[in-house]
Amino acid sequence: MSFAEARTAGSPALSVSGLSKAFGGVQAVKDVDFQVAEGELLALIGPNGAGKSTCFNMLNGQIRPDRGSVKLSGEELVGRSPAQIWRRGVGRTFQITATFPSMTVAENVAMVLMSQARELFSFTRSAVNRHRAKALQLLDMVGMAGQADRPCGVLAYGDLKRVELAVALGNEPRVLLMDEPTAGMAPRERVELMGLAARLAHELDVAVLFTEHDMDIVFSHADRIIVLSRGELIAEGDAEQIRSDPLVLKTYLGEGQVYGQDKKPKD
Amino acid sequence: MGVYLAQFLSGLASASALFLAASGLSIIFGVTRVVNFAHGSFYMLGAYFGYSLVRNLGGGALGFWVALLIASIAVGLVGLLVEVIILRRLYKAPELFQLIATFGVILVIQDVVFWYWGAENLLGPRAPGLSGIVRIFDVPMPVYDLALIAIGPLVLLGLWLLFNRTRWGVLVRAATEDREMVGALGVNQSLLFTGVFVLGSALAGLGGAIQLPKGDANLLMDFGILAEVFVVTVVGGMGSIFGAFLAAVLISELNTFGILVWPNGTLVLMFILMAVILIVRPTGLLGRPETIGQKTETGPVEVVLPAGPHYKIFVAVVIALLALLPLLVDDFILVLVTDILVLALFATSLHFLMSTGGLVSFGHAAFYGGGAYAAALLVTYAATPFELALLLAPFGAGLLALVIGWFCVRLSGVYFAMLTLAFAQVAWSVVFQWSDVTNGDDGLLGIWPAAWASGTATYYYVAFVVAAAGIFLIRRVVFAPFGYGLRATRDSSLRAAAIGIDIKRQQLAAFVFAGVMAGLAGGLFAFSKGSVFPDEMSIPRSFDALLMVLLGGIESLSGPVVGAAAFTWLHDELITFEYWRLLLGVVIVALVLLFPQGLGGAARHHVGRYLKLEASPGDLRSATPKREQRA
Amino acid sequence: MGIRKVLGAAVLAASVIAPGVAGAQETIRIGDINSYKNLPAFTIPYKQGAELAIEQINAKGGVLGKPLEIVSRDDQGKPGEAVRYAEELFTKENVVLISGSLFSHVGLALGSYAGQKKRLYLAAEPLADSLVWAQGNRYTFRLRPSTYMQAAMLAEAAAKTGAKRWATIAPNYAYGKDAVAAFKEVLKAKVPDVEFVGEQWPALFKIDAAAEAQALESVKPDGIYNVTFGSDLAKFVREGTLRELFKERTVLGLLTGEPEYIDPLGPEAPEGWIVTGYPWYAIDTPAHNAFVEAYQAKFDDYPRVGSLVGYNAMLSIAAALEKAGGTDTEALVEAFEGLELDTPAGAITYRALDHQSTMGAWVGTTTVKDGKGVMVDWTYEKGGDYLPSDEVVKTLRPANGG
Repeated sequence: MSFAEARTAGSPALSVSGLSKAFGGVQAVKDVDFQVAEGELLALIGPNGAGKSTCFNMLNGQIRPDRGSVKLSGEELVGRSPAQIWRRGVGRTFQITATFPSMTVAENVAMVLMSQARELFSFTRSAVNRHRAKALQLLDMVGMAGQADRPCGVLAYGDLKRVELAVALGNEPRVLLMDEPTAGMAPRERVELMGLAARLAHELDVAVLFTEHDMDIVFSHADRIIVLSRGELIAEGDAEQIRSDPLVLKTYLGEGQVYGQDKKPKD
Repeated sequence: MGVYLAQFLSGLASASALFLAASGLSIIFGVTRVVNFAHGSFYMLGAYFGYSLVRNLGGGALGFWVALLIASIAVGLVGLLVEVIILRRLYKAPELFQLIATFGVILVIQDVVFWYWGAENLLGPRAPGLSGIVRIFDVPMPVYDLALIAIGPLVLLGLWLLFNRTRWGVLVRAATEDREMVGALGVNQSLLFTGVFVLGSALAGLGGAIQLPKGDANLLMDFGILAEVFVVTVVGGMGSIFGAFLAAVLISELNTFGILVWPNGTLVLMFILMAVILIVRPTGLLGRPETIGQKTETGPVEVVLPAGPHYKIFVAVVIALLALLPLLVDDFILVLVTDILVLALFATSLHFLMSTGGLVSFGHAAFYGGGAYAAALLVTYAATPFELALLLAPFGAGLLALVIGWFCVRLSGVYFAMLTLAFAQVAWSVVFQWSDVTNGDDGLLGIWPAAWASGTATYYYVAFVVAAAGIFLIRRVVFAPFGYGLRATRDSSLRAAAIGIDIKRQQLAAFVFAGVMAGLAGGLFAFSKGSVFPDEMSIPRSFDALLMVLLGGIESLSGPVVGAAAFTWLHDELITFEYWRLLLGVVIVALVLLFPQGLGGAARHHVGRYLKLEASPGDLRSATPKREQRA
Repeated sequence: MGIRKVLGAAVLAASVIAPGVAGAQETIRIGDINSYKNLPAFTIPYKQGAELAIEQINAKGGVLGKPLEIVSRDDQGKPGEAVRYAEELFTKENVVLISGSLFSHVGLALGSYAGQKKRLYLAAEPLADSLVWAQGNRYTFRLRPSTYMQAAMLAEAAAKTGAKRWATIAPNYAYGKDAVAAFKEVLKAKVPDVEFVGEQWPALFKIDAAAEAQALESVKPDGIYNVTFGSDLAKFVREGTLRELFKERTVLGLLTGEPEYIDPLGPEAPEGWIVTGYPWYAIDTPAHNAFVEAYQAKFDDYPRVGSLVGYNAMLSIAAALEKAGGTDTEALVEAFEGLELDTPAGAITYRALDHQSTMGAWVGTTTVKDGKGVMVDWTYEKGGDYLPSDEVVKTLRPANGG
């Protein structure tokens, strides 16, 4: 508890204010404000269709918000492309893993390093084994160094998630967005992966924002939790506070959701 | 006043046949996602069937219209055969395979029609009772034109009823929007696809048949209508019938009035319209934006590895053999191998774009021809020396690729492919018609190498060194950070964007690079033949390149080289037969169905593993791609 | 694997074949390159005409004591392929010269090749003026009357009609443009106050005939000069007739009277057009009658222009071989320059000046007889009479053209 509080007291890496987006007549996200501090794990939860993925996609530039601001250490991100936002230090993992199946695990990570080093328009240097040492180092952090030379396409799902984590950490991000990091994984794997993410976030001082359906994971790993419902923030606090928040209870139970149910929202 | 009205009505009349053909293509594409290149052949068949049936069913208005209807149904049955025998096996295959297979069908139909109906153009029969004129504001107007004006909207209405008032039609519309969903509904998808293909073919056949009273049936109709039909489909929005109608009317009217204003601009005008519309609306007038899963697939994803030691030895042996070749063979073999080397470089450049970039270009000949023309224009107008012209040729092609690519990379998948084809047609019509500069069809002549390089053996060495250097450079780029970045955009655009890769920029650069390399091949070609003609930019030339890539196998990096050699050899073998097109078509279709990995792929599969041609541990082979989802 | 196999086979094949070529020759081989699959309606008559001539020549004991033999290749309408086959024919088949081609662009590519490699090429049918003028060279000769010559014949006919306001329609590519330019040049020279009030340029084989017909109608010309052919011509004639474009107007048709072009129109062939063509059914000279008879006996078909040109091409080659007394290329070039021979179309000469033969064409008026378009009131115009003056021709040919 005290640890988490100490973290929240740190300087905010990402500040979101007044973030809003409507699709057609539907207000998907409305006036959302929150901050994530360096080294903090902030969970964003909410029932299906609450606007979590829309929120995420606005943070990394895939969707342009109607209103509001997203600031990374004071710098405005709204209006920038995903590539530009990534370059400023916002990494991301996807709900369904997105890796490069025609490359080996090590190459997947090396790809980020090449992008970060702005080498992608180099036509004649060799990319074979490029940045391999650094890639192996990153893979070692997620426990995947042993499988560095296997193609990404043949990996088990849990391992793919780890590779994605290594990829997301590749450009030493200040903020890491993880969309349903444990979706589709076995319970034991989930705990392992989130434990890993939490450890790395704290060690590397990365601000982590994640969405998650598994409430056990959320309550055991998040330093702080915000709850989104119908596009609006309805609660914020630590695990205890959220667990006992009547509005949250109503939102979840009222919709017949069961904690920990593994369901993929469609946005 | 009367003149303009008459002109307007003429435009509407010629829009009808065009609309019928284009709507068929659009429907087929919308549901099956197959770009049916044989659509022009169905149009041609419709005309020939119609011609024979009208003659046999005798005179009378009833006989005439019944004959046209039967012709249309007969073409539908041909479509049925094509779908059941060939395409049904290829729905899951990459688009390239469908394209090549339908190209094989074009060749087969060409020769069958030639065999049955002969070479002479067959003048279409007049429509009984409608062969006269009416006067509109004192301007004579053929009655049949008025009938055509009515047929277009009638068919449109019929299609609308079919798709909105019948269960089958509703299913087809659902399939157009979401193929997986229809499968999940328990609908017999394969039956649905067959039905759609038959309908689309029959529409093309009807289009060919109803233009008979205004024209004829001839052997050049298939390719003649193809480009126009594609433009209409792309402009209207692929999969949209109303779009096809709108675009057919728009383009026909543009042609009709364009003639009054700019008689020299025929052909080019249509493509300018297309470019303008696609800048404003990349998916066409009424096209829907692409949805999930419409990504171009060039084949199963495999881990790409640099050359292993055995492979390097193999390549060294081939190179040594090629270097010694002039000592071993006569001049003709040298000319032949020079041709193969040039084509190998051309095919490798396309292969790079397709395999590493996942970008299937249907119009790559624009840059091959572009390079050839750049060299030839430099020689003709600036008396540029051979060496400099050869050096600058790829940059000319690259410049062209930059312009065309800028438009094309805004789209992806089939849309991208169609747009490359259309732009290649623009390039072709410009060189074909702008004879003040390009000499048009008479070509640019006297483009011979400098005296030191003009001997057959010497020029062979020039081509050998340049082509080999080009191919090695392309290979180098595949394994350079640029190539990796490009492959990343192909593998997962979602992830690529999330790690800071500017996808469109990467793709545009790849498009230009492939164009530059094709241009280099084109420059070599120009100096080897001494002349350049618009043919080098034509659709069949682009198909040649695709065929070479297919023959060699898309997966293997050395595939295009094998493909170019196999293509040249196969071509020379078959050409001695009278019905060589038929044979080539059958061979192409058989290859697609039997060796989806290509000859190179098949050879590597059987022999390569044994020889360990590429450094690949066994478990790397079985990489299967995980489907990605776009948020 | 493939490339090694192919190369291996190629090397093997070459090493086996190459020495054999040096052996004694039983026949004199003539290379023939044409677009047999692309435009069979035009090229097959050509081939048959050539075959007939070879058969007759060989029946009389051949040339220089040896029979002639044709080695044929299909260029598929691609100039690049044609050049490759030319190389093959010379190096592997040991032909003494090449002949043939219908498409101008293929002919031009072969001409350029011949000039570069110093090998003899007799262009039989291609019409492009530049073949023997701007792009002419020592090694290229042409048999058929060129675009300029045929356009000049029609221009002369046009001058006689008295029509002053002319409109033209021609396919938008090199042949169409040459044909219009030559017509205008010659007609202006003959009738200085002639006016050209409209030009239409439909895309080749993509004519929007209704629109073109109306565009021509709107400029109200006295006369129309038509260069379209094939399916474009069929559509143009239909729309033009229906829309009364040709009513009370002089219409000229370049090549329209050739059986290849007029026969497919059947009973809808235009009437009253002044055309160049080939009235094979009405030419009554002993030489031509013998040709038609032999042709019909052998092929059970009537001759087209292509048949006549193919026949004359082989006669020309035989005559040149006789004159040269051997198969040496330089000797053959010299033999061709100024070569005179008799053909079913009359005596012709290959001009030393520009390597163009003086074979002419028939100019007449079209009419429909027995459901078929035919030429009446025709005259045979000698090609030599419709060429520019020698001084002008000299300026047209490159200095080193020989």
